[in-house]
Amino acid sequence: MRYGILLLGAPYSNQAAHSALRFARTIIARGHQLDSVFFYHEGVHNAARLAAPPQDEPHLVDGWAELQREHGVKLDVCIAAALRRGLMDEEQAGRHGKEGHSVERPFELTGLGQLVDLGLRCDRLVTFAP
Amino acid sequence: MNVNKANEGMNDSNIAHTSITPPSATGELLVILGHAPHGSSLLREGLDMALVAAAFGRRVSLLFMGQGCWALQPGQGEGALGQKGTQSTLEMLEMYDIDNIMVEAESLERLGLESSDLVLSVSVVDAASVQQAIASHTLVMNF
Repeated sequence: MRYGILLLGAPYSNQAAHSALRFARTIIARGHQLDSVFFYHEGVHNAARLAAPPQDEPHLVDGWAELQREHGVKLDVCIAAALRRGLMDEEQAGRHGKEGHSVERPFELTGLGQLVDLGLRCDRLVTFAP
Repeated sequence: MNVNKANEGMNDSNIAHTSITPPSATGELLVILGHAPHGSSLLREGLDMALVAAAFGRRVSLLFMGQGCWALQPGQGEGALGQKGTQSTLEMLEMYDIDNIMVEAESLERLGLESSDLVLSVSVVDAASVQQAIASHTLVMNF
């Protein structure tokens, strides 16, 4: 089956992001296809490249990146939700006159149109919310 | 879509009779709004989602349930916290051709709201119609 994931929860604040990552790994392990994870609302914090959790906790940002590297899962971040929360890639940082950037590949800033497409393209869009 | 029709024969003791079935036209996307308009940005970001989908030519329906019904009360504009509020977004729905707007009857009842007080013309629907709406849309998103 073809899946998409919509993640609305911030990492390390509630269960949503942890559950979403475990769900993502499980559906892939069971032979399903995961097209994309879309990060929206507080879920955009999962794309923070500067995240440095203690070593004895799961590293969620690296976990998402690994999904992309090993299974080609797209990591799409809503640009409007990200910018207002201080999450931006190098291009946006330049545009907004900011020093440094907080989002990098494999996460990509994109629009909500991608989320609509994902939902309609996949057999299942599963939402993880706070 | 006709609020007055929906309220004909309204009887507080039997909420099912106040309800009408949703318009027969099904849509591609149903956005369910269950959070209050203030306190979190979930409802506003759900509405943004609906507008973007409509802008991309998708047929969008909205369903307000639970605390989400508060968004339909007048006066949900900019507040003391500097949040934008949701009223201005609701006013744009018509421009985006989003006219299938449903409100769950029991939620309205529980919050003490009357459909005639709401800022939009809505269909008041019962639980069975909510099921039908969910089943008849290709994609359902919960905010």
